Amino acid sequence: MAVMLDVKNLGISFGGLRAVNGFDLKIEKGELYGLIGPNGAGKTTVFNLLTGVYKPNEGCVMLDGQDITGKSTIEINKAGIARTFQNIRLFKDMSVLDNVKAGLHNHYKYSTLAGIFRTPSFRRTETEMNERAIELLKVFDLDGEVDYLASNLPYGKQRKLEIARALATEPKLLLLDEPAAGMNPNETQELMDTIHFVRDNFHMTILLIEHDMRLVSGICEELTVLNFGEVLAQGKTAEVLNNPQVITAYLGE
Amino acid sequence: MQRMKTNKNFKSNLITYGIVIVAFAIAQTLQSTGNLSSLMKGLLVPICVYVILAVSLNLVVGISGELSLGHAGFMCVGAFFSAFFSKCMVDVIPISGLRFFFAVLVGAAGAAVFGVLIGIPVLRLRGDYLAIVTLAFGEIIKNVINVFYIGRDSNGFHFSMKDQFSLGMEPDGVMLLSGPQGITGITRDSSFLAGVILILITLFIVLNLIDSRDGRAIKSIRDNRIAAESIGINITKYKLMAFTVSAALAGMAGALYSHNLATLQASKFNFNTSILALVFVVLGGIGNIRGSVIAAVVLTALPELLRGLADYRMLIYAIVLIVMMLFNWAPKALEWRERYLGRIFRKSAKEGK
Repeated sequence: MAVMLDVKNLGISFGGLRAVNGFDLKIEKGELYGLIGPNGAGKTTVFNLLTGVYKPNEGCVMLDGQDITGKSTIEINKAGIARTFQNIRLFKDMSVLDNVKAGLHNHYKYSTLAGIFRTPSFRRTETEMNERAIELLKVFDLDGEVDYLASNLPYGKQRKLEIARALATEPKLLLLDEPAAGMNPNETQELMDTIHFVRDNFHMTILLIEHDMRLVSGICEELTVLNFGEVLAQGKTAEVLNNPQVITAYLGE
Repeated sequence: MQRMKTNKNFKSNLITYGIVIVAFAIAQTLQSTGNLSSLMKGLLVPICVYVILAVSLNLVVGISGELSLGHAGFMCVGAFFSAFFSKCMVDVIPISGLRFFFAVLVGAAGAAVFGVLIGIPVLRLRGDYLAIVTLAFGEIIKNVINVFYIGRDSNGFHFSMKDQFSLGMEPDGVMLLSGPQGITGITRDSSFLAGVILILITLFIVLNLIDSRDGRAIKSIRDNRIAAESIGINITKYKLMAFTVSAALAGMAGALYSHNLATLQASKFNFNTSILALVFVVLGGIGNIRGSVIAAVVLTALPELLRGLADYRMLIYAIVLIVMMLFNWAPKALEWRERYLGRIFRKSAKEGK
């Protein structure tokens, strides 16, 4: 199988704090990969390094054979990484539909003047965008709330909308930062099904951070455990979760 | 489902255009039947100016989400560029309407250029800092224009930053711009009709821009900068676009303003004018374009309408401000509006969102 994401020796320091050190990661195409670890272990920092929010001090990141080390967030998104955030970051004063359409921004284009003068190319492109957006919203069962303001959606649906928006940018790799945070068991179960569905139907590679071990053991095929900015264990989910070091550092006896 | 939404936006926009046209018709009828006081007649063009200014400022404050306190500066640039153009071209283009058309274009273009120049450094800042820098810009523009002396004689243009006499012009020379005295003898090319047409153009540009791909990008940056970046939206480009379009429209307002006066002085475009525009935007509802139009009309006409109350005039003006704000923002008032007015204007009451 081909490698989708190949990270080698990634590291970053904030002042004297070594937040991530010697981080290696290899994810194959179509894999569902989990990144776990105690609070403050550097999981979100890894996400920020992968998406260009922070520039790494050393190491390199290859996405599908393309070097994306140190590129800007926008370039990295165009190269094919999309993400969601731990604390939901929706466009809250925009409609659910417009949130997804904003995600389609770089794939459906017309000029500013075409937009102002409502040319046929504007109408055509907008119709296509609407169709595509509705299609994505249907996957997440949000097509009934197209006209709602994003901030008026219930919490679980906001998380789903964020995933839909990320998918709208047509990524190769999807990063989910604690997608199940704040969800009840039913919602989590539903989310697990959705993540599976996204992987299978969009042929997506997914890397997710999660604390809910039911979700992690339920859907992740491989895991990396991070502790104090360094990799503690890496491998098949079942093996990693039975690793004595992981149990001591994170899961508890 | 989707068609419904596009139609709703379209309908809401039509209502906004409709309000402007109906207001124009009413004012015209009043004017022709002689029911308009001469003071109110004199206010017709300024009302148009402030409507355009308020709508353009709303694009920056409401849609792009940045507080700009120097909008009068762009208006000032537009006013001086266009008035200067008209003074130079008065012999070349004798038709008043055509000359005014070009003057408006020149004013808008001049302001747009300043919008880009100011925007590039300013948009690196956020929030309060941006507000303060724009405030400073407004003051700087005003003071810079105050020291310029430009004249023209048979040898061409003369330029000085000291005084009129150091221009060294031939006796046939004409002063075009004379420092704090500004530009005098501007042809009065603007009219109420021209003002209303410019309002409609402004609304057309702003409303359509907001409801397009670029508008979505601008709003997404306002709502969440980090998320907008994460989905590949170019922050600088779209912030600058909103700022520049807004500056150009303010320049248009300036052109309309300057061609309604015999004498144009930079001191008119002070901090108070910027704040006045902001008051229109806040009272009309931040991000609500139709609200800006209504607020600008009401608040410009109000002091005049209240003239009969003499000493109580400004008191009532202040009370109206407070009441309008309550009506717009207080939860109880919103509820009441939703329940009673909403029933009557089911479609129009929920515009914008």
